[in-house]
Amino acid sequence: MSQPLTLFQKVWNEHLVTQQPGAPAVLYIDLHLIHEVTSPQAFTGLREKNLAVRRPDRTVATVDHAIPTLPSKDGSVAGRLAFADDLSRKQIAQLETNANQFGIRSYGPASSQNGIVHVVGPELGFTQPGMTIVCGDSHTSTHGAFGALAFGIGTSEVEHVLATQCLLQHQPKTCEVKVEGKLGTGVSAKDIILALIAKIGVGGGIGYVLEYSGSTIRALSMEERMTICNMSIEAGARAGMIAPDEVTYAYLTGKPFAPQGAEWDAAVARWETLPTDAGAVFDKTVTLDASALEPMITFGTNPGMGIPISGKIPTTSDFSESSQQAALEKALLYMGLKAGDPILGHPVDVVFIGSCTNSRISDLRLAASVMKNRQVAQGVRVLVVPGSQQIKRQAEAEGLDKIFKDAGAEWREAGCSMCIAMNGDQLTPGQYAVSTSNRNFEGRQGKGGRTFLASPLTAAAAAVTGQVTDVRTLLDE
Amino acid sequence: MQPFKNINSRVVALPLNDIDTDQIIPARFLKVTDKVGLGANLFSDWRYFSDGSPKPEFILNKPESKGAAILFAGDNFGCGSSREHAPWALTDFGFRAVVATSFGDIFRNNSLKNGLLPIQVDPTTHTLMHELLDELPRAEWNIDLEAQTLTLPNGTSVHFAIDPFAKTCLIKGKDELGYLLSFASQTAAYEQTHHKQQVTA
Ligand code: SF4
Repeated sequence: MSQPLTLFQKVWNEHLVTQQPGAPAVLYIDLHLIHEVTSPQAFTGLREKNLAVRRPDRTVATVDHAIPTLPSKDGSVAGRLAFADDLSRKQIAQLETNANQFGIRSYGPASSQNGIVHVVGPELGFTQPGMTIVCGDSHTSTHGAFGALAFGIGTSEVEHVLATQCLLQHQPKTCEVKVEGKLGTGVSAKDIILALIAKIGVGGGIGYVLEYSGSTIRALSMEERMTICNMSIEAGARAGMIAPDEVTYAYLTGKPFAPQGAEWDAAVARWETLPTDAGAVFDKTVTLDASALEPMITFGTNPGMGIPISGKIPTTSDFSESSQQAALEKALLYMGLKAGDPILGHPVDVVFIGSCTNSRISDLRLAASVMKNRQVAQGVRVLVVPGSQQIKRQAEAEGLDKIFKDAGAEWREAGCSMCIAMNGDQLTPGQYAVSTSNRNFEGRQGKGGRTFLASPLTAAAAAVTGQVTDVRTLLDE
Repeated sequence: MQPFKNINSRVVALPLNDIDTDQIIPARFLKVTDKVGLGANLFSDWRYFSDGSPKPEFILNKPESKGAAILFAGDNFGCGSSREHAPWALTDFGFRAVVATSFGDIFRNNSLKNGLLPIQVDPTTHTLMHELLDELPRAEWNIDLEAQTLTLPNGTSVHFAIDPFAKTCLIKGKDELGYLLSFASQTAAYEQTHHKQQVTA
């Protein structure tokens, strides 16, 4: 028998175009996703060099980062774009021009299917098992939930892929993340990934591709798996992957760009060979007991600074290295928090439910389940931003928008919104937000803004109580 | 890309861990469609008060940082977002090398494509360098990429690793795109035998 291989190794080997001595591998890219912010300079590069896009049919564009999410009064695109600043309008128009000129399928501002690039790819069926997928965006790791090798690249690399459909890559190492046990009530996929990053640190995955395995992962839906893979980058990992299974195939069935008919059967037969072989060796293994988890929340300025919601903010004596102690002090100073204090009960000004981590229909359903028949606490601003137009329509069909609006939340158009605060949706200096997004870096959600990362359930609990709350106390009522 | 030459320079010390690319250049500066002038926004939120005036105590605003080409940071420099605006801002400011104990993967790749040399050193060496910077903050360090050495003002020479392919590209100021384009026929052959199905048709 041939040597047992991991999921990652199989996908990697399948995509090697060539590997010259002393040079990185030339890796073929099956799917290239682009958005307005990290692609303009790449197209400029192509024009300067008089190059074409090699495979426009393997390239898909959408607008997400800078697009306003305020609904226009008349429902028109122009009305919505009127909320954008000049630079953003120009950037969005530039993407349209580039896509048109180079023959790329684009979900522009006028499309009824645009949305966050990592939401749109999977929901339209572009994202498929065994693929190599790249995008000028670090959260491309999201697509690994389908058993694809998917990772973020820079703008120079965007240009490389546009021109050659290939990328130069050094082979990363592999790390198995085994998650076992049943999740408790009120604990979700977001809590698993926040707990993992708290455990291994924001640099813990550098140089690795993570493969999530174990009974807990198998029991998750595709949307939950995407939440986990999405934040692999926050552990520093190159990518995160989950082997495809029946859950994956069921999700993909009938998606517009998924294979159909005889092609579907052939594809499934191919996908079934992808999971890691028994006896395959990982460079490293990490384990996590899911049954012991409680809802997680971050207190600091990177996603690794997370604690169980009933826990206390660490003190310098919890760390041995002076650099870690300094990092904690700097983070607490920025956050305006005191070492050793509980985080429960901390007042909240804003709640953001959205982003490529947690803006899918299941996330909105969870948030709505908590906000139903409740009111947003006085003085709290709540934004609910669906990840795509399609999700928005689905949520409206289910009446979720009504639950949010009745509670006093803002129901928005699709986009990245306050996750990156480029489109006008932002915190003001000093504000505290509970956010379902993926980054709590200083100023990420607006200059001087202070972010607690948490799950949609925990965010909804904060929305209705106005403070950091253990959602389980609301579910028990 | 400019060829990477031997460098003699003072060092800007920012020895913090996990400096993410949102700090290097905040997202509100990513609305540009070109690459020029981003150095003015480098570390913007740490560097300027809200009225836009410089914070005198921030290292980049100190007179001795002017013209420095080497940045000294802690672990995991450049983690977070894939924005290539981070190395664009660093090089536009004048940096040609960053010394750290580790780097975010995407940031490292992006840097190498922009003539910015990521030099990874082990924690013990890093501590020694840090002490030396406290002692001799204005002294010049030397980087010899050909020899892969970083020479400190006390005469210590530190060897650093770099992928040979990236090294050649940096020294020659050569873009990787040319190399990739040279495999067009292999790529075409690959496309004949693998996943013929169109993705977006
Ligand atoms: S939602 Fe946030 S993390 Fe996701 S792609 Fe948009 S800006 Fe990036």
